[in-house]
Amino acid sequence: MIKTFVLGIFLSIAVSVAALYYVPLVNQVRENSMITVIPNVGNTEVFHAYVPTDRIMIGAPRQSSPLPAGLNWPDDERFSGIRAELFKIRNANDSVIGVASRIAGTNENDDIVEWVLHIPARGSVYMTMRAVADDGGYRTGDLRAGTDEFSGLLGKVIERWVADVSGAEDAPEGRIELITAFVAAQEEL
Amino acid sequence: MIRYLLPLFAGMVVGLLLLFGFLYYNPMLAANNLSPIAVTENEVVRLNYSAVAQDALIYTNDGESQIAPNPAKVQQLWEAPVRLTTAMATVLTDGRGQVAGIGVKFSSRSDKTSILHGKVLVDSVWHIYLPGRGSLFIEQSENYWSYIRDIVVPARWSSGDNWRGSWLGNITAGPGALGTAAVTGGSGQFEYMITEGVELFSAKAYSVEQGPVAMTSELAIEIPRLKD
Repeated sequence: MIKTFVLGIFLSIAVSVAALYYVPLVNQVRENSMITVIPNVGNTEVFHAYVPTDRIMIGAPRQSSPLPAGLNWPDDERFSGIRAELFKIRNANDSVIGVASRIAGTNENDDIVEWVLHIPARGSVYMTMRAVADDGGYRTGDLRAGTDEFSGLLGKVIERWVADVSGAEDAPEGRIELITAFVAAQEEL
Repeated sequence: MIRYLLPLFAGMVVGLLLLFGFLYYNPMLAANNLSPIAVTENEVVRLNYSAVAQDALIYTNDGESQIAPNPAKVQQLWEAPVRLTTAMATVLTDGRGQVAGIGVKFSSRSDKTSILHGKVLVDSVWHIYLPGRGSLFIEQSENYWSYIRDIVVPARWSSGDNWRGSWLGNITAGPGALGTAAVTGGSGQFEYMITEGVELFSAKAYSVEQGPVAMTSELAIEIPRLKD
């Protein structure tokens, strides 16, 4: 009987340790990456957020109807030049794959527009761009940092507004599109 | 048969309790309340915020988690790829309690979590804008093992379903070799800056129903000196 009791102790410890080791406690759902490889450009991927459907927050001073309802944006003079927005971000298949923040701010010397895309199963990217849009309404910028799958990459990003032309009753106003082109940073041999 | 099943079952229960006790009381996995950048000679920017969801500008998750989204009508992250993710926007204050800027934090449960190794990991990034100074991006892997062991489990064991005390812990566990976060400057005086940081929690009260009730957090970011 004692032998069976001791066997039970070792058996449960062994099974529990094996389960804790081999069975993942967290399993992030990953949508297929929709990447196009363009020669001399790199891995190109298009992300978008529908406006207003995918917008989670608009942080800006003196809003008549804040988003979300009940948001108390600080009434501090230092925030007068800031516009901070949060979005759900979608891939080219129109599936929500992550969340993103867009901050537009005014510094003494330069105006900035920045994006952070956080895609749980893949990693995050930090992109900065010129605040002034090009003639075609595009903003262009650079990848400044990446994590996990985006770590060690270099690249460019284009932000553009695409208005909805479907005319459908429940259609969004349009979408903000982010076109990224990333390549691996060159390593010295 | 019953003669063997009973002691086997009793042994299995004892084995589970022994394993749980070993993992829970393992002295090798003590709370890390020492900041790796505490001894730096460089300037350290300290940004503070309340880690209570109700104090944030917005806090959202899948809507079914322990901590309720704030404000109540904020869009929830219910889609499968973002269901294990939280998003928070908050006001950051400096060391003197003055408003310093805005911070957005995205946190996702990490698939590198391993109870056996005392790792309850969350991958998080900060997007910070400090008016007049510039912007920062912080990437970190956070380990909540000590927080869960010292606060969450005692709160669940308590008859009142809450915890009160004083707990200080460094939750940043990487990606830096010394357990520091990777910080990238984006604009202003931080432009092109690559440095390190840590995030520390200071908890005073926790409720099983609401999550943290009185908890502040400090982001400490080392600012390297310019070379001559």
